[in-house]
Amino acid sequence: MTVVNEMSMTFESRSSNESFARSAVSAFVAQLDPTIGELNDIKTAVSEAVTNCVVHAYKDSIGKISVNVRLTSDNCVIVRIHDSGCGIENIKQAMEPLYTTAPGDDRAGLGFALMQSFSDKLSVRSKPQKGTTVTLTKRLSRRLSNG
Amino acid sequence: MNTKVSFEGNVMTVQLFGDIDHHNAKGIREQTDRLIQQKKPHELRLDFSSVSFMDSSGIGLIMGRYRLMGLYGGYLKVVNVPEALEKVMILSGLGALNIIIKERQETICDSCK
Repeated sequence: MTVVNEMSMTFESRSSNESFARSAVSAFVAQLDPTIGELNDIKTAVSEAVTNCVVHAYKDSIGKISVNVRLTSDNCVIVRIHDSGCGIENIKQAMEPLYTTAPGDDRAGLGFALMQSFSDKLSVRSKPQKGTTVTLTKRLSRRLSNG
Repeated sequence: MNTKVSFEGNVMTVQLFGDIDHHNAKGIREQTDRLIQQKKPHELRLDFSSVSFMDSSGIGLIMGRYRLMGLYGGYLKVVNVPEALEKVMILSGLGALNIIIKERQETICDSCK
């Protein structure tokens, strides 16, 4: 597996950047000729991860969110979303479906569950007060036609 | 503005547009809840025909309105769900609530706007 293309971006944790982030990732991934369903899956997973940074990592503050996307020779998309926010005390609990620390705000508690469902592999690394890195891997069905 | 609200008898229909994410769900929620509290409709229809993308914020929006309508003794219907949104709704367990109406509903006529 080799990386055939890569892009990185950093933006502020403003909620208006949620749509920017998923659209930018989607536009970059489009060169692998994914199906509409695959692209939609990636957009949903990225939207969940970035929203977590906005709502939880930088709660009541504005910080930087970094997104790195790698496209590999075996047709995988690897998206890494990193923040330097508050971190997650208990990752296992945070990943439980319906668990949320913000129920009053209509948060469904489904962020991690959907990231898991919409990607092939999900890894979450976090250190309290240091930040969180979420890595999503999605394997696309179609072959890369033109390196 | 990404909603269009219409009334027909006791039915309040909210047509949603574009992307539903954390950023714009708040505005939709505030506008919808204000009207629910004012008009106390018997039935709330959330029309997703013009929604192009939705993440779990949309699920939160649906669940919150489901609860609010229940408080007023009314009920919620989710109508005209595009194929692209079915996956997120089904994976979130909304199917079990029996609020997603499968058959296509008529679009809102001019006279009832």
